[in-house]
Amino acid sequence: MDNSNLPNYLEYKGKYKGIFAWIFSTDHKRIGLLYLYSIMAFFLVAALLGLLMKFELIAPGKTIMEAKAYNAVFTLHGIAMIFLVVVPGIPAILGNFFLPIMIGAKDVFYPRLNLLSWWLYVIGAVIAVSSQFMGSGSPDTGWTFYAPYSFKTQSNVLPALVGAFVLGFSSILTGLNFIVTMHRMRAPGMKWMKMPLFPWTLYGTAWIQLLATPVVGITLLMVIAEKALSIGFFDPALGGDPVLYQHLFWIYSHPAVYIMILPAMGVISEVLPTFAKKKIFGYNAIVLSTMLIAFVGYFVWGHHMFTAGMSETSLFAFSFLTFIVAIPSAIKIFNWLATLYKGSIMLRTPMYWAISFLFVFMIGGLTGMVLGALSTNVHLHDTAFVVAHFHFIVFGGVGFAFFAGIHYWFPKIYGKMYEESWANTGWIMFFMGFLTLYFPMFLLGIKGMPRRYYDYVPEFHFTNIISSFGAFIMIAGLVVILINLFRSAKRGEKAPASPWGGKSLEWTISSPPTLENFEEIPEIK
Amino acid sequence: MYSNLSNFSEDINTSFIVIFSVISFFLIAITVTIILFVIKYREKKNPVPTPIEGSVILEIIWTVIPLGLVIGMFYYGWMAWIPTVSDAPEDAIEVKTTARMWSWLFEYENGKKTDTLYVPEGKPVELQMTSPDVLHSLYIPAYRIKRDIIPGRVTNIWFEPRKTGSYDLFCAEYCGLQHAFMITEVKVLTQEEFDEWYIDTTAVVKAAATPGAEGLQILRMNGCIACHSLDGSKLVGPSYKGIWGHEVEVEKGGQKQTLLVDAEYIRNSIYNPDEEIVVGYSKGLMRSYQGELTDEDIDKIIVYLESLSDKKE
Repeated sequence: MDNSNLPNYLEYKGKYKGIFAWIFSTDHKRIGLLYLYSIMAFFLVAALLGLLMKFELIAPGKTIMEAKAYNAVFTLHGIAMIFLVVVPGIPAILGNFFLPIMIGAKDVFYPRLNLLSWWLYVIGAVIAVSSQFMGSGSPDTGWTFYAPYSFKTQSNVLPALVGAFVLGFSSILTGLNFIVTMHRMRAPGMKWMKMPLFPWTLYGTAWIQLLATPVVGITLLMVIAEKALSIGFFDPALGGDPVLYQHLFWIYSHPAVYIMILPAMGVISEVLPTFAKKKIFGYNAIVLSTMLIAFVGYFVWGHHMFTAGMSETSLFAFSFLTFIVAIPSAIKIFNWLATLYKGSIMLRTPMYWAISFLFVFMIGGLTGMVLGALSTNVHLHDTAFVVAHFHFIVFGGVGFAFFAGIHYWFPKIYGKMYEESWANTGWIMFFMGFLTLYFPMFLLGIKGMPRRYYDYVPEFHFTNIISSFGAFIMIAGLVVILINLFRSAKRGEKAPASPWGGKSLEWTISSPPTLENFEEIPEIK
Repeated sequence: MYSNLSNFSEDINTSFIVIFSVISFFLIAITVTIILFVIKYREKKNPVPTPIEGSVILEIIWTVIPLGLVIGMFYYGWMAWIPTVSDAPEDAIEVKTTARMWSWLFEYENGKKTDTLYVPEGKPVELQMTSPDVLHSLYIPAYRIKRDIIPGRVTNIWFEPRKTGSYDLFCAEYCGLQHAFMITEVKVLTQEEFDEWYIDTTAVVKAAATPGAEGLQILRMNGCIACHSLDGSKLVGPSYKGIWGHEVEVEKGGQKQTLLVDAEYIRNSIYNPDEEIVVGYSKGLMRSYQGELTDEDIDKIIVYLESLSDKKE
């Protein structure tokens, strides 16, 4: 199917000109790139805030900022990373771009709703970020907004909540759009069990977005009502219950972890077989485990609250289910491993990212066992161990998978190749820096250093120095990666339609794709 | 590292060892396998892949074995946890614990109050914990215990120290500006030392020899100096140093005005802290101490404040 004589989606001229040809475009590929640029901008800001925290923690006492600034910095870092970067992340960028192509469609089912989702994202983000610059100072509650501190603080919490509320709608609408797209627009002959694994994980994710996000929306509305109208839901001073807030918050925010990690698993399930020149091992098992994770993930939120004083029976159940939800992830790991067996492994940049993903994701998942068990959780809850654990999952897991995906699909998106030697240099720096940054935090947690601590007792000093040192290497690696990609998008060599020999539909069309992807809808045999 | 420091720590350490052994085994085994596969099946050495699409038997094996292992880990975690949430023994020493932004207060059955937790070796201690403001969490890493403290409720935690010494006690639930400074120590004494410490209520009287010492004691006990420094440095609230008898600019009912720091002003600031806010500081951070500090207490505090200032009454 050679369609390279038609203008590609980057050159195509529509109704609008200049920037309007992008921000009013309903083309899923342009919307994917709009998300890429906006999410990248927030990611860089939030990463910089993380770096500032590591500067501060390099020595006890004041290093570069006061406690008040530090509390605001980790709050904004969390809000931006979770709500603006990792939750939308892979589905909004790579999902928007590749979901329709991988199922043989010309666009998503509701292209204008898709554009609205991006606009909601931008509006929500602007409202959330505005909390930094107006009113009574940056929010200092942490990204969890726990009651009753979020009612007591005089800082500017309300815009952050309103922003998160609007962002929720962006997420819900994207989920809805993807579900309908996959039900209605698969190419003829593409049965459900022939659909590639990346779309499958987006399908599981979309259901979580659709069903879990409203819970956090309602919760944020309750907080806003409580702050504005003094209705006592959560603040004991008004007769409310602060633990109720934690339940509602985690009923969304735990499944949200699966919104983040499932699409990451989908990316890895595309990259590994391509670079092992094999079909994925155990396709059915991976599909089934994806849907199991999406389902069981709803019932484990209580493990964020083991020390909050729930009944022993509910803690028994929450701990047990937390261990059960590990099984589908383990199944995936074993199937990925078996995919490498007797393959013909090409060690190219996306494969380096995918293999290092396996390593960091395993550390993240396995340390989750230590946190899922009751007695060990009580010691480690709210310590640096938890911070290390979820950074291995949401930064190691999701971040590494995102970089695997972006290096895998870059030639398709821009029609250009990148400098592989620079990409690999960036990867090894990032990988080593990542481990040096987060691994010591496990040790700090075991020794008992609580999280969200601006200052610490001297016995934690040495380990903190190592961790901060790792952050510097990792950020240096990130700079190398991004400069290489930006330069290559402009000046890279022309990419062929299928640079890695990938088997899914996106590799059958030209790089970059034409406006309609397929001039004729393909038939799947 | 922390061996046998409390009655719970041994069992909890065992669950740590069991779980860390299982996960380390898997991490190492799988990582080594990945590396071997990458070396053995690299493109140069193995140019033609062998197509294998799956195996039901393998899927069953790597579902069932991990399932058994996770249930085992769950069991160890649960068994070591159960005693920590059981009721404290009848003979436990009861200590009323108040966690507030951002200090600790421990009150013993004989009325003795401290900001450091003193306990005797080998005797169970039960902390009955409350918070007047926001969520806190009492965390003693050496004893492997932690419990959230929730305003409007009493939560309990108990333990039996097994070795004398000083151990860190942290607040683990983020509680605002000075969260990282809401730390103190558990001091485990021998029974004799503890008894001597427990009956000795003379400490206050002895200190009273210097003017204002009683006032300082009151400020310490009520956690005031977590936010108001004694040396002029700026914390959450204005420092106590050199304010007495001086003029201060405050915001009252939305308007700025200048007031003299006198007894009336001090009393009002303690009972109605949001009414007159010194310019440069925030409202809503301090709660009213009406009903907790008596007029007599405040007079003692004032004597102390005078000693920090060059102006006298």
